[in-house]
Amino acid sequence: MRRIETAAAWLLGILWILPLLYAFWTAFHPPEYSTRFALAAPLTLENFRRAWEAAPFARYFLNSFMLVTMVLVVQLVLCTLAAYAFARFDFPGKEPAFLLVLVQLMIMPEVLIVENYRTMSRLGILDSIPAIGLPYMASAFAIFLLRQTFKTIPRELDEAARVEGAGALTVLWRVYVPLARPSYLAFGLVSVSYHWNNFLWPLIVTNSVTSRPVTVGLQVFSSGDQGIDWSVITAATVMTSAPLLAAFLLFQRQFVQSFMRAGIR
Amino acid sequence: MSRSAVHAWLLVLPAAALLALFTHWPVLGTLWDSFHATPKGNRPVPWVGLDNYQVMVADEVFWRSLVNNLWYALGTIPVSIALAIVMALWVNSAMHGRTWLRMAFFTPTILPMIAVANIWLFFFTPQYGLLEQFTSLFGLASRNWLGSPETALGCMIVVAVWKEAGFFMIFYLAALQSIPPSLAEAAAIEGASRGYYFRRVVFPLLMPTTLFVLVNAIINSFRLVDHIVVMTKGGPNNATSLLLFHIYQVGFSFWDTGYAAALTMVLLAILAATAIVQFVFLDKRVHYQ
Repeated sequence: MRRIETAAAWLLGILWILPLLYAFWTAFHPPEYSTRFALAAPLTLENFRRAWEAAPFARYFLNSFMLVTMVLVVQLVLCTLAAYAFARFDFPGKEPAFLLVLVQLMIMPEVLIVENYRTMSRLGILDSIPAIGLPYMASAFAIFLLRQTFKTIPRELDEAARVEGAGALTVLWRVYVPLARPSYLAFGLVSVSYHWNNFLWPLIVTNSVTSRPVTVGLQVFSSGDQGIDWSVITAATVMTSAPLLAAFLLFQRQFVQSFMRAGIR
Repeated sequence: MSRSAVHAWLLVLPAAALLALFTHWPVLGTLWDSFHATPKGNRPVPWVGLDNYQVMVADEVFWRSLVNNLWYALGTIPVSIALAIVMALWVNSAMHGRTWLRMAFFTPTILPMIAVANIWLFFFTPQYGLLEQFTSLFGLASRNWLGSPETALGCMIVVAVWKEAGFFMIFYLAALQSIPPSLAEAAAIEGASRGYYFRRVVFPLLMPTTLFVLVNAIINSFRLVDHIVVMTKGGPNNATSLLLFHIYQVGFSFWDTGYAAALTMVLLAILAATAIVQFVFLDKRVHYQ
């Protein structure tokens, strides 16, 4: 019985990883081997070279990197401040304000593409990297996660620091932020993978090489007039997934634990 | 207001302003715009009452997208949740190679949906694709999986299940690890079978997680259309058009933003209904403490 179960688990695991292995096979072999699985097939980086030369991927990677960094930094600052207020202050309107924050957990920016496009157009920032990031910068998820974490920190630590004459922001920076480090790591990983992978909104709001993130760049590239060379498209696909994939394989435990921590509410 | 209340509001203010500008205001704006014609040039936009909604009721593609979306949700959610529970139980057991299994199951989660869609597009390609090669081994007739209306939505469901099951597994894994081992020991002493222990102890304890995952899965099935854009563009013959994809087409291919706002209202209503159901259930069934 146990044996059969292990076999089933392994079969499902192989099935799950197969599409990715398939992509790697196609990307690293000459086109004539893209669907022929011969052990003697020669390895090549030619597909990557052709993809890299056919589209400005270097620029796309830079755009994605800037986007992800900008979103994360602003999210961390804004949401830390708000979470601190919700966790440790009493103020009129606190409950309704928090409920209004939680609305974003349900109605994510993807759903509001039509109106947000209009807003970006009014602000005159269409086709720019900030326009991709702005709707996500106040993250209800981050505020919620950090508030939960801050609430578990003993008030005595807070009060001890205040007796020493520290102000609210100093206490936040010296006491709360360091103790919440695992939550920051968790949110950071979730946010980075979300925004590196995000596609629909960036597709709508960008229109040029200088602002497109790598996901949109990949789509423009693979739907363009490449004469459907699957090997090259697959190489580009592997390339766009590579940074996160490499990070995941290196820091598997942190990734899994972070996603776990982010899910417990 | 006391000084500390002022401080608190100052702390909340930057995040609140952005949330208001990009979440609350657009929701109200969607409602407002859904009663107006699509703006043309600089002329004032005329109020059209329920016209956009009447167009919607008569729009076959809208109904098709809505029905597709319901089937898509119905096909994706139960399967991915069931798989997620099984995966979590396996990875959480003392099984041989469970670290490897965890990696295999979780990897699709961190890949961009657009990359995943490209890989699967190749997989489903007629003649060249891996699926066709596999079926031809058994002498089955060649068919265009993404090109025929009967199978295209099914293919989208397969892709979504593959992408999401490992993500949901993580939440179940977290829940399983928080179940005290003494419960399993007690069940073993009482001579309960593994199936009985799962049905009567583990599964009920997983209820809050299931609710959380369910809500997330519902939101995802209405929020994520990246693979539709890449793989089928809603085709063939609108067989894979989902609600958000229809909104995207109306809003950004036909630039009919007034009508797109009315369509968005339907999506918002579905999400609001999900929120209300979650709220009601959260107070009842799922509390086992």
